[in-house]
Amino acid sequence: MSAPLYELDGVKRRYGNRTVLSIDQWQIAQGDFVALVGPNGAGKSTLLRLLNFIEPPSEGTLRYKGYAVGPRNAAPLALRREVTTVFQRPILLDRSVRANVAYGLRLRGQDRWPEKVQRALEQVGLANLAHRPARHLSGGEAQRVALARAIVLEPEVLLLDEPTANLDPYNARLIEEIVSALNRTRGTTIILVTHNIFQARRLARTVGLLLEGYLIEVGETERFFESPQDPRTAAFVRGEMIY
Amino acid sequence: MSISKGEHGTVRESLIQALHLILKADPALAEIVALTFRVSGIALLISAAVGIPLGAALGLRRFAGRRLLVSLLYTGMGFPPVVIGLIVYLLLSHNGPLGQWEAPFIPRLFTPSAMILAQTIISLPLVAGFTMAAVMGVDPLLRQQVLALGATQGQAVKAILSEARTGVIIALIAGFGSIISEVGAVMLVGGNIEHRTRVLTTAIVLETSKGNFELAMALGIILLGLSFLVNVALVYLQGRAIRE
Repeated sequence: MSAPLYELDGVKRRYGNRTVLSIDQWQIAQGDFVALVGPNGAGKSTLLRLLNFIEPPSEGTLRYKGYAVGPRNAAPLALRREVTTVFQRPILLDRSVRANVAYGLRLRGQDRWPEKVQRALEQVGLANLAHRPARHLSGGEAQRVALARAIVLEPEVLLLDEPTANLDPYNARLIEEIVSALNRTRGTTIILVTHNIFQARRLARTVGLLLEGYLIEVGETERFFESPQDPRTAAFVRGEMIY
Repeated sequence: MSISKGEHGTVRESLIQALHLILKADPALAEIVALTFRVSGIALLISAAVGIPLGAALGLRRFAGRRLLVSLLYTGMGFPPVVIGLIVYLLLSHNGPLGQWEAPFIPRLFTPSAMILAQTIISLPLVAGFTMAAVMGVDPLLRQQVLALGATQGQAVKAILSEARTGVIIALIAGFGSIISEVGAVMLVGGNIEHRTRVLTTAIVLETSKGNFELAMALGIILLGLSFLVNVALVYLQGRAIRE
């Protein structure tokens, strides 16, 4: 396993007086495929916002490639642009499919965006819909556009916040295949938040359980599912209600 | 204007007279139309430059005093133009707090600049208020999404405004509509001086008071027509923005 890409050290995120995330120590290796599981309100989406540098930690240090991000030290734009997120609900701009996929590239001032956009759309099987208004797409198509919009940026880290939660099996499978291939062939670090423990087991090399803002257990996938160390992880893996 | 004056004219006669005035390219009319558009155009530009960022900030940010500011904005949206005209008049008059100053950026009473100031005060709350409503109607997750795609805070605001463009253009239409048709404030601060501060609305009032109803109607038809053309242009822009 290569050097840590992220290092979390006493990271807390608070909204008002409520602490929604508290992680003492955690390292994420470059090129890993991590799945984060846990019930609603466990802090999974908050953690993704921190890892994408959309929000700073309220306390502690989040290191990315050695660069420390803290409450008073925001990530520089160049680092922030190495990471991107696909959310559960695809928020597409009220423009064409092509313009949506091109959005991030145009922000970066890339002039070779038309070819890249075309390739990304081919990758998600939507090249024929390039000129269609994005708001006219089905849920599955829209999520594939959201994925194309992310992968076209060739990010170092791809954060996925329950990207297949509302999709039919065909679209879910397609997205899983694209994401797996990206991790395998490009070495893109993937951090997937999911409620689906089968999906976590199928895709990830590392799995972590978040509960009420705390990282209860994190480990290699087989060990996480076959011999969990924490009784709460064991209960979660067995599908018991632990919340 | 060198148009024959009549008694209570019919709409048909007024239409003919309006067409006659336009086709003849009456220089007095051209001067009035040009000043009308200069005053209202500049006022709308200033309102847009200040009101769109202000509306976006009020729609996107939560800060101390925001509610008070929004309440003031809503009050401003319904403020009678003639009262605004009166306030500007008192501010700029010789004994007023601004009238005593000799600064180049303070307009003088009975000048187009004073009319621009009054019209800006009228349209600014409308542009800001409608922009705020439009921005608040955009999915709150959009900001997070564009930031996740690498947008700066400024680019995120631009993306949100772009998504709210229908509402923003409605804000501009409302702002323009409120000032192009306004008469009380420009009459008070402009004085309806021939060749200096006469605009279409004040000319209509003057011709009506003189009993030149056909001419007044003709000017009204021209005002309506020009206002319609501007709104068509704005709606066209709206459609083009959506297609892009």
